[in-house]
Amino acid sequence: MTVAAIKEYVGVARDRVETFNGKQLVYASWDHHLLFAAPFLLYAAPQMSFRELVGGPLAALVQPDPDGAAIDWTQVEWLKSNQPWTPDFDRSLADNGIGHKDQIRFRTPGLTSLAAA
Amino acid sequence: MDMKVAKKKLGLKEKYRLMTRDLGWEPSYRTKDEVFPYVKYEGIKVHDWDKWEDPFRLTMDAYWKYQAEKERKFYAIIDAHAQNNGHLNITDGRYLSALKVFLQAISPGEYAAHKGFSRVGREFPGVGTQVACQMQAIDEIRHAQTQIHALSNYNKYYNGFHAFADARDRMWYNTVARSFFDDAMSAGPFEFMIAIGFSFEYVLTNLLFVPFMSGAAYNGDMATVTFGFSAQSDEARHMTLGLECIKFMLEQDPDNLPIVQGWLDKWFWRGFRVLGLVSTMMDYMLPKRVMSWREAWEIYGVENGGALFKDLARYGIRPPKGWDDAEKSIDHMSHQFMLGLYQWSFGTSLHSWIPSDEDMDWLSAKYPTTFDKYYRPRWDHIRKLAAEGKQFKNFGLAKLCQTCQLPVVFTEPDDPTMSCHRETSYKGEKYHFCSDGCQHVFENEPEKYVQAWLPMPALFREFEGDVGAWMDWVSLRDGQDNGDYVGSIDQRNFEQWRGLATSNT
Repeated sequence: MTVAAIKEYVGVARDRVETFNGKQLVYASWDHHLLFAAPFLLYAAPQMSFRELVGGPLAALVQPDPDGAAIDWTQVEWLKSNQPWTPDFDRSLADNGIGHKDQIRFRTPGLTSLAAA
Repeated sequence: MDMKVAKKKLGLKEKYRLMTRDLGWEPSYRTKDEVFPYVKYEGIKVHDWDKWEDPFRLTMDAYWKYQAEKERKFYAIIDAHAQNNGHLNITDGRYLSALKVFLQAISPGEYAAHKGFSRVGREFPGVGTQVACQMQAIDEIRHAQTQIHALSNYNKYYNGFHAFADARDRMWYNTVARSFFDDAMSAGPFEFMIAIGFSFEYVLTNLLFVPFMSGAAYNGDMATVTFGFSAQSDEARHMTLGLECIKFMLEQDPDNLPIVQGWLDKWFWRGFRVLGLVSTMMDYMLPKRVMSWREAWEIYGVENGGALFKDLARYGIRPPKGWDDAEKSIDHMSHQFMLGLYQWSFGTSLHSWIPSDEDMDWLSAKYPTTFDKYYRPRWDHIRKLAAEGKQFKNFGLAKLCQTCQLPVVFTEPDDPTMSCHRETSYKGEKYHFCSDGCQHVFENEPEKYVQAWLPMPALFREFEGDVGAWMDWVSLRDGQDNGDYVGSIDQRNFEQWRGLATSNT
């Protein structure tokens, strides 16, 4: 049963990609860096390269963390949908398989300024 | 010879029977199923509606009398509060944020409950049920009204109160409460009763109203204390209705047990999430605090809730599935919410602030295993940024939970250093959740939750990320309603007026 209803009932998904003006949502979060209260919500064109996404909005958003400036993006460990994953920085989000509402995570071992005391 | 016989006055029990049970006639033009079309599809089996007991046996005439008396007292005090500048008696202007949360999220919930009880009062075939639901529907609209009237006094002087209805529908932290009630109202009548009548009114209400009302009393807010008292006598009736309803379902047929248990699991978790902001109010927003959220949970959650579920065990009911995860989050949630509110405060119709040294010492005493370890370093850093003139604003916005609609500020139940990541796919679309509890709710009824209007995605879908246009749409006045309390217009006005009231300068 996908919903309790008096007759056949089909819901229409609200946040389908075609409603986002040619762009898409991407969620991004930095593991163990909880100064940022929740994963970021990014709005980007699927043609944007992964390098642009990281060097632009993502690098800017992480700056308030004391580790923000110290990130070596070439050494970062990535996960997509909670699985280890290697992005190609020069290819687009679409070519990297980053779909609408995908969650990417990154890890920076050694950067622990605000970690548990 | 005819003797004149004094007309006997009706006893309470007889009067109740005549004014309620006699309303239940057998329809002859239409079948019962046509008259009450929504009462079977949820799968609850009822064999005898007359088994529904209403221990209050309140009839409409008596109800009006009681309520009218309460209204007179309430408005007399509210008038006095207005005439005597009662708003200057509160401990500090920071307290106003707690009231703004209440007015934007909770009072509209009372109105939603009114609509819900009006509807289920019509949908249930049993007369006892219909009458009880009708009275609760009137109670709920009265609560919404008295709360709005009480808080309208603050609207004359402070920001963030003026557009609570827009905020309720559109503001990202309020759609949490809105979606909770929408979810209940779009469910069948029995599920609605478990959602609102039992889970909310019985299991969780003390975690909401007691802290709020004692918070108001501790902080000199006579207006809120008054509407609290005015509502309190109704709450006893509501709690009884909720408990009566669940016992009725369980006693009518053994097949009802798994359905009721499923709803309890769902609505405990939904309610726990929607009440999360109360933790922040208690631990951070009250200038003079009553008790910590942890202490309130021990009394109203662990002790009272524990006793209740022990009592229901004889029907085969076990504590709700999310209980252990709830317990694990108690020492973290208020800090997680306040950190979120602060960093997104450019988009809130209330003020937040960085806790003072004294606040932080209190928090570390109340949360000895978590505050200093996890949360103090973050606040210290945020304070350092502020001292450098760089107020921490997180323009990255937030991933929201598809079910409860809260920003995913929560961590793994067993690892407070890891954000809780949960996702699933349904019909080719990705969905994200804040917890296993919310993911289970979604997976039981995906066709319902795929339609959720999530406010942060909507900012991009409907406004292409234009925050200014979005602020106009939610009636948020930038620089007035939002941001840090320190330096706000509310702070300036409160301190100036209070100064005039308490000194000669």
